[in-house]
Amino acid sequence: MKTIKLLFAALICTAGFVSCSDNNNDDDVIIEENPLEGYNMLAKLTANTHSIEIYSEQDQFTIGYNELFFRIKDDGADTYVSNAEVSWMPVMHMTEMQHSCPKSSVGVTDDASVYSGYVIFQMPGNDTEYWEMTFDYNIDGTSYSVTEKINVLAPADDKRRVTVFTGSDDVRYVLAMMPLDPQVAVNDFSAMLFKMESMMSFPNVGDYSITIDPRMPSMGNHSSPNNVDLSYDASSKMYNGKLSLTMTGYWKINLKVMDGNDTLLKGEDITDENEASSLFFEIEF
Amino acid sequence: MQIEIGVVPQYTIGVRPERFICFLGILCCLLFVGQTHAQEKKVEPGIDSILPVNLEEVIIVASYNSTLEHRSQHKPLSTLDEYLESSRKVNMIKRGAYAWEPVLNDMSSERLSVTIDGMRIFGACTDKMDPVTSYVDVSNLKEVHVSGGQQGAEQGSVIGGSIDLKLEKSDFVEKGWSGSIETGGETSNAARIFGGELNYSDAKFYVDTDAIYRKADNYSSGGGDEVAFSQYEKYNLSTNAGYRVSEGKKLSASFIFDEARDVGYPALPMDVSLARAYIASVSWSQKSFLKHFTDWETKLYANKVTHVMDDSKRPDVPIRMDMPGWSDTYGLYTQANLNHESHRLLLKWDGYYNRSLAEMTMYPQNPDENSMFMLTWPDVRTFNSGFYAEDMIQFKTGYLKLSTRLAINMGNVADEFGLNSLRIFYPDMPQRKNRFLKSVSAQYYKDLDKFHVNTGLSYGDRAPSVSEGYGFYLFNSFDNHDYIGDPELSNEKALEANAKVSFKGDRLSTSIEGNYFFMQDYILGEVDPTLSVMTIGAEGVKIYRNLDHAHLYNISWENEYAITSALKWTGVLSYHRGIDNDNRNLPFISPLAYNSGLQYAQHGYTGSITMKGAASQENFNPDFGEDKTDAYMVFSLSMGKKFTIDSNALYVKLGVENIFDEYYSTYTDWKNIPRMGRNFFMTVSYAIN
Repeated sequence: MKTIKLLFAALICTAGFVSCSDNNNDDDVIIEENPLEGYNMLAKLTANTHSIEIYSEQDQFTIGYNELFFRIKDDGADTYVSNAEVSWMPVMHMTEMQHSCPKSSVGVTDDASVYSGYVIFQMPGNDTEYWEMTFDYNIDGTSYSVTEKINVLAPADDKRRVTVFTGSDDVRYVLAMMPLDPQVAVNDFSAMLFKMESMMSFPNVGDYSITIDPRMPSMGNHSSPNNVDLSYDASSKMYNGKLSLTMTGYWKINLKVMDGNDTLLKGEDITDENEASSLFFEIEF
Repeated sequence: MQIEIGVVPQYTIGVRPERFICFLGILCCLLFVGQTHAQEKKVEPGIDSILPVNLEEVIIVASYNSTLEHRSQHKPLSTLDEYLESSRKVNMIKRGAYAWEPVLNDMSSERLSVTIDGMRIFGACTDKMDPVTSYVDVSNLKEVHVSGGQQGAEQGSVIGGSIDLKLEKSDFVEKGWSGSIETGGETSNAARIFGGELNYSDAKFYVDTDAIYRKADNYSSGGGDEVAFSQYEKYNLSTNAGYRVSEGKKLSASFIFDEARDVGYPALPMDVSLARAYIASVSWSQKSFLKHFTDWETKLYANKVTHVMDDSKRPDVPIRMDMPGWSDTYGLYTQANLNHESHRLLLKWDGYYNRSLAEMTMYPQNPDENSMFMLTWPDVRTFNSGFYAEDMIQFKTGYLKLSTRLAINMGNVADEFGLNSLRIFYPDMPQRKNRFLKSVSAQYYKDLDKFHVNTGLSYGDRAPSVSEGYGFYLFNSFDNHDYIGDPELSNEKALEANAKVSFKGDRLSTSIEGNYFFMQDYILGEVDPTLSVMTIGAEGVKIYRNLDHAHLYNISWENEYAITSALKWTGVLSYHRGIDNDNRNLPFISPLAYNSGLQYAQHGYTGSITMKGAASQENFNPDFGEDKTDAYMVFSLSMGKKFTIDSNALYVKLGVENIFDEYYSTYTDWKNIPRMGRNFFMTVSYAIN
């Protein structure tokens, strides 16, 4: 039964993809070889006889961590451009100001025509305020640029996966939870921390420490045992730890962030009097 | 008569078939006559209960069909729980008016083997709200065999002993059709009881069917206060049949369906909306086997228990939840006797496979929030297989019984979700865990004319129960803690010594019996202050641990005096003590307790006055929610009369319990819920022969 379901799902996915591609008047052969099959195309930016197709496992640009893949298509030749030099810049246009958000540089995946990176949006767009994505790329010595509005939404469950705070050192930080498929188990749990150096620069912050205290507010603030606080791993540039979840439901992951000297930057301990930290993530499953 | 039965196996070998049939016929007649004419004592055709080397108590359960037995029973249509409680050795832990949990030698479920005709069955409730005894009724049973300590090893790997519930069977007695109807009522909880039985039996074939229905409202405690959520409703249907394939070869089958609904548990935060069991078996028995073996019996069985806890009727709970549980068991055993000179050997091989699964779903106050789900018993599969052997060696004036059980016990957490849950606590926990269990025992009996001496020494161990090994946040409302199992617990071991001296005079019988258990790796919940409670309002979390050791002492003094041939006085005094290696009191240990009664039976009239009571519980343990339970003394009275209408018997019994409407609770009452106040009862049985 399970196999049949899987086959069905695969069939439907394929059908969906083929029908999409028909609208784009693309060559079937190319589409069938699409290395991003199974991913969702979130946006398509068109300019300079190129289109940039942005894919993700998610079905929308979401507040928090977004792992993105994109391809540059030469619309004239109907081919995808490999090994271009690419950089990107997301910018939030607010009524009073503009700012960017933490992001990685653009890398190339095993398939040279597929580029990837992550962007951590801190806030959603709305009617008057919006995100714009700019790609600067260089193909065979010619530089191009494309900028288009993208639609960044709050996650469907509205749970907090990124938080912006001002530390006790008066620095603004962005702390983002890495995507997690929560299980009733000990989960690998990771987060990334960035410093807001300027409106447009958000460098990664290493060698701080982050404590976690998962709680269930609906269960009298029940907590779980054997959690491991997050510590910095220089190779992945992430803070890694372990998160125990003893049951399904809504969990508030209370956080404290300490700098390299163990000075508390933000967050409070959970006590009988203080049920939650001002710094937290949320999980519901 | 006892002697004749004891002799059967020795004479049957080598006797011509005609004579054998004739002998069996006589035996059947004797049995039948014995049943109708026996006065107080009921004879059990099994040999074990007769041999005095076994310190076994047999609790006769009154059946419709043998109404005479009602005489010896204070209250014939009482629940099985009340029958067990009236026994000398068994105490019952009460969480309400229904489904009490048997305690033997200060030990309950996980340290006992409770079997139905030798079948293993396990309750499906993580909070022990459905002991095995709640899935049968008196209508199913003939008697209950209670064996203390390793003398219960025949039924399984035990520490405290075994309780075997023997089903009632017509067993090829040539009676043709017979039936009875029975009804009863009680005042305190407005209990209504209706039962009936229809049997057919001849030399070749028998089939027994019975049904019983009980419904009770809330009972009132002494003083007249209603105990809320103490109602229950249950019905039980059972049938068993046998076919004599050829002389000495029998095929039999039994089936029990038991269902309770709307059962209140006043001492607990939840009730039960459904507790249901299907219990079935097929067995083959053969008088002789492989030339030298006798009484070969093989049984295949299966049972399925469903238990659904429910809080929908409770007006005020911190969080609504569903807690269903399932327990399925499949098993078999085969056993045979071998008699050689003064040796009587019993060999038994048994095995069972149990699957225990329980879940908990909690519904947050905020309806937009996801429900909270956990597996409280993570689909634990237990496979247990053991070999039991005993040798009864007869001397001139005594017996020596040597017995041993060797078993393997394999536990497997089959559910990935559950395994991952437990690995939060035990990251390196293996999915499977094998244990080797062993028991050895020597029991000696010496007949010194009017004095009889029994003494025994034994050693045994047991595997942790599903809750002790794999329980996940099981809430105990008595000590207000969540409990977590530990899959790496060591086996609990017990070294046991027992002795009994009895005197049997013409009128006076008296005996003093005592036993001592030295328990190593005693399994008990200990507070882990680092853990956060799960249940809202709980005080803390306990983890099952092995205590280094613990001591349990039980001593009782029993007396019986025949004042006249019709009037008898009985009196029992007992004392229990249990402490751990830090001299802490163990929970659920009886204080000094006593009962005394006068029974009268003559010319179809019966009557009894009983008194029972206990001293205050000085040795309690507040860590387990216990407090000093006050002393109490209650009196009961009953009288009955048998009428003969044509050849049928009508039996009426009237009585009153707790005559003086005393408000009391005992050490076995969960959270000190009060016992029933003054309660009048009446039963009417009509037996059609």
